Amino acid sequence: MSDPVMLRVETISKRFGGLLAVDGASFDAQAGRITALIGPNGAGKTTLFSIISGFQPPTSGRVLFEGENIVGVPPHRLAQRGIARTFQIVQPFAGLTVRENIAVGAHLSQPRRADALAAADEIAARVGLADQLDKPAAGLTVAGRKRLELARALALKPRLLLLDEVLAGLNPSEVRDMVPVIRGLVDQGITVIMIEHIMHAVMNLAQHVLVLSEGRIIAGGTPSEIAGNPHVVEAYLGRGAAQRMLQAGAAYG
Amino acid sequence: MKGVGTILVVAALLAAVPLFGVSNVTLNFLVTALIIALAGQGWNVLGGYGGQYSFGHAAFFGTGAYVSAILQLRYGVNAWIAFAAGIGAGALAGAIIGGLSFRSGLRGSYFALVTLAFAEVLRILASVTPITGAGVGLLVKLDLRPEAFQFQSRVPFYWIILALVTVSLLIVRAIENSRFGAYLVAVRENEEAAKALGVNVIAVKLGAMVISAAIVAAAGGFYVQYFLFIDAGIAYGPWISIEALLAPIIGGVGTVFGPLLGALVVKVLGEAAKLVTGDAPGLDLMIYGGVLVLVIALAPRGIAGVVADLRARIVRRKPEAKPEQPTAGHHV
Repeated sequence: MSDPVMLRVETISKRFGGLLAVDGASFDAQAGRITALIGPNGAGKTTLFSIISGFQPPTSGRVLFEGENIVGVPPHRLAQRGIARTFQIVQPFAGLTVRENIAVGAHLSQPRRADALAAADEIAARVGLADQLDKPAAGLTVAGRKRLELARALALKPRLLLLDEVLAGLNPSEVRDMVPVIRGLVDQGITVIMIEHIMHAVMNLAQHVLVLSEGRIIAGGTPSEIAGNPHVVEAYLGRGAAQRMLQAGAAYG
Repeated sequence: MKGVGTILVVAALLAAVPLFGVSNVTLNFLVTALIIALAGQGWNVLGGYGGQYSFGHAAFFGTGAYVSAILQLRYGVNAWIAFAAGIGAGALAGAIIGGLSFRSGLRGSYFALVTLAFAEVLRILASVTPITGAGVGLLVKLDLRPEAFQFQSRVPFYWIILALVTVSLLIVRAIENSRFGAYLVAVRENEEAAKALGVNVIAVKLGAMVISAAIVAAAGGFYVQYFLFIDAGIAYGPWISIEALLAPIIGGVGTVFGPLLGALVVKVLGEAAKLVTGDAPGLDLMIYGGVLVLVIALAPRGIAGVVADLRARIVRRKPEAKPEQPTAGHHV
């Protein structure tokens, strides 16, 4: 834990009417690592991402990005400051081509149209979309749309990247293709926080795993610590999950 | 720059029309069509590229027209300067109406209704306020000198409105090829995704509204110089709001040439209706309604969309047409 803290979430709560979606959640995300956020459906993971990325204000608590409180900063300002996110439910610019989609993100650092389009080509190659650049985004497969979400976020040249289930809906071979792409992000100096349900990918990619349940962080540690924590596993991932995860992790490592 | 050449060629061809000795009736038809093309291009910036459908662009047409007329009549300002001031006033009206609606988060039909309400309020105010001539309207004094933006012949008017339309085409082409344009289209396609990619959605919409309003105000200011008369019903009436959105929708929303194509079609249809039925009031509106339904049902991307589809089909067929020369297709 010697790496500097890039993002500190401090006792964040979010109430929707009678529902406490996030209940005093606190955690740190270290720079230059992949932190995974796991937990059952409805635990508040996506809500937490929405708060960090400025799309929703928390009811209480603070979010510190590189030491500065960013609660209340609008999403486009956070994107300009280096926080990028993908959406769990993909949000392509459906009427635009893949290249034009990615170029919107690239425009953050490239004021000229031609430069942004050229940057889009280069990013598409990094995520495996190079042969689909002229396709309308509406014509992409699920896997293609997930890649597009990632590509657009990368075009912002972020320092912190929030990935919301970029592997969900992909078949096993597509997941195998995506895992090295995500691992490569860290080599490019990007800090990643990922929400993910596909456990073998989490075990493979993340250096730190946080477990969110009913809006609270109930455990945090290395993948093997989490996998070996029978309380977490039995309570939140289902009976027998610990065994499956260890096997999956071994198979991939 | 790509596309600019086409715009200049089209402008040059249209500019040559009066050299062939066309009648005053034809020229008058073309001038009114180009006024609608200009207003339609203004609407297209916000509606076509930004996806914000306004039903009240009369607010800007009327403001451009009235500010220009009032400055000339009541304050003796030179007509050209008054015209420019009218464009500025239209832009300001766009900033105010846009600021109020976008900051309140109005979208879709709510935005459309609010713009309609603004235009109607302005129409009612203009029909009772003395400075706008109330119910009587304003007559600009006849002063047939180029310095006064008035001409004996219709030809200079035609060239001026054509120049204004050409400038609007170039503006829209420049927007298409800019970061602002990319952000504007992103806002149209998906606001949430745009925000996540660093786009200040409100600022982009507001910028589009100001440009849009300024172009429409120019159409209003020109209208006053051409007809030398304005009243509340013309300036702020629903007719111009409707024609300004009809032209781009029929011609092709979010395309450079859509509003120009659409304006010509709309005006031809209007004239045809008059010829067939005499001058039954409101008939042109019924025809517009019918055409609008047909276009939205059959060709939602307008004439420009149909042309693009046809061209794509022809290009795809070419290689099949000459199976004995398989390389021919590569040179297309």
